[in-house]
Amino acid sequence: MQRRDFLHLAGLGGGAIFSASLAGCAATGLPQDEFYFVQLSDTHWGFQGAPNPDARGTLPKAIAAVNALPKPPDFIVFTGDLTHTTDDPVERRRRMAEFKQIVGELKVKTVRFMPGEHDASLDRGAAFKELFGDTYYRFDHKGVHFIALDNVSDRGTSLGAEQLAWMQAELAKLDPDAPLVVLAHRPLFPLVPKWDWHTRDGEQALALLMPHRNVTVFYGHIHQEHHQMTGHIAHHSARSLMFPLPAPGTADKPVALPWDPAAPYRGLGWREVEAGGKDIERIEHGVNAA
Amino acid sequence: MKRRHVLLFGAAATGAALTSARAQAPREIEITAQRFRFTPNVIPLKAGEPVVLLIRSLDFPHGFFVPDLNLRTDLMPGRVVRLALTPRAPGPLAFLCDNFCGDEHEGMDGHFEVS
Repeated sequence: MQRRDFLHLAGLGGGAIFSASLAGCAATGLPQDEFYFVQLSDTHWGFQGAPNPDARGTLPKAIAAVNALPKPPDFIVFTGDLTHTTDDPVERRRRMAEFKQIVGELKVKTVRFMPGEHDASLDRGAAFKELFGDTYYRFDHKGVHFIALDNVSDRGTSLGAEQLAWMQAELAKLDPDAPLVVLAHRPLFPLVPKWDWHTRDGEQALALLMPHRNVTVFYGHIHQEHHQMTGHIAHHSARSLMFPLPAPGTADKPVALPWDPAAPYRGLGWREVEAGGKDIERIEHGVNAA
Repeated sequence: MKRRHVLLFGAAATGAALTSARAQAPREIEITAQRFRFTPNVIPLKAGEPVVLLIRSLDFPHGFFVPDLNLRTDLMPGRVVRLALTPRAPGPLAFLCDNFCGDEHEGMDGHFEVS
């Protein structure tokens, strides 16, 4: 029995399941193993405020839920804004260290971190690099290529010429038919420029990706699910684990939505991503109060 | 937007306004950027009226971005940036800081109210 069959039989554990044609795994004809990973995003550790009265409890709840998955994921990714921003370099490192200690409770020990602007923009990623390592990198897993981008260490939200050159060189090594998953914090396309929901030189990154026929982007930043195609490239944003933001372009400013005591944790969540097979499959989970 | 685009835009706006500029210099509008606010943050303009923005930052390399015009510049503290623009149509025209500047960055914005 495949894992997705098990999930259907098990009622998904509270998640909702979505499939999209991938894009590529079958096209290559290469033997590939199905696997899944978990995406968590925008945990904003250190945030305090009315939008989440359980600011120190929400991430641990998500970690407990991930640890309780019937079959553990192959790895876990955090797509940025691990911590909430602070001007104080000492406090920034303290928040990162505490965050690292808390996510150390994850049973799965292969965890990939990316910075968000709250982590990295005020010091060009210095603290992040000290505690988590490189801000952009590539790795492969069971026939799927992954590339993690940093569109936040530059305070102007640019990838920059150096990273784009690196990206071009890395992509040149890959079979353009092979499945490719891109991880980033901010949207690479201009989702809502008036809310600064874009990457200043994202068009250049997308141009580099266009020759690759099987590309899926997972990102954070906007604190909600959003799904959009740019050409043949699929983009999926993740929910936050601190507070939700308004739907794109529906308010004057992208400020945190109020906590609803009647529906605590509404709008917060995380996802599983099944890859390596014929389809990319997302299973979206909310945060349970229990 | 790259710097050359800002310059080109400025040149285009200046060029378009040359005829009327001979009769009357563009109105200058001073804007101050300081975490996490532009002052003023609501600026009345008239469609077709060329203006020059004189923008300065007091504390941080903020950005000044007008998405609908694809116009942006960095605001280095201690320097006054001059931006020429001529709004073409009535309605709100949003601007914002697009260099992440801290905890309330997301609220650092404003708009031109073009009549």
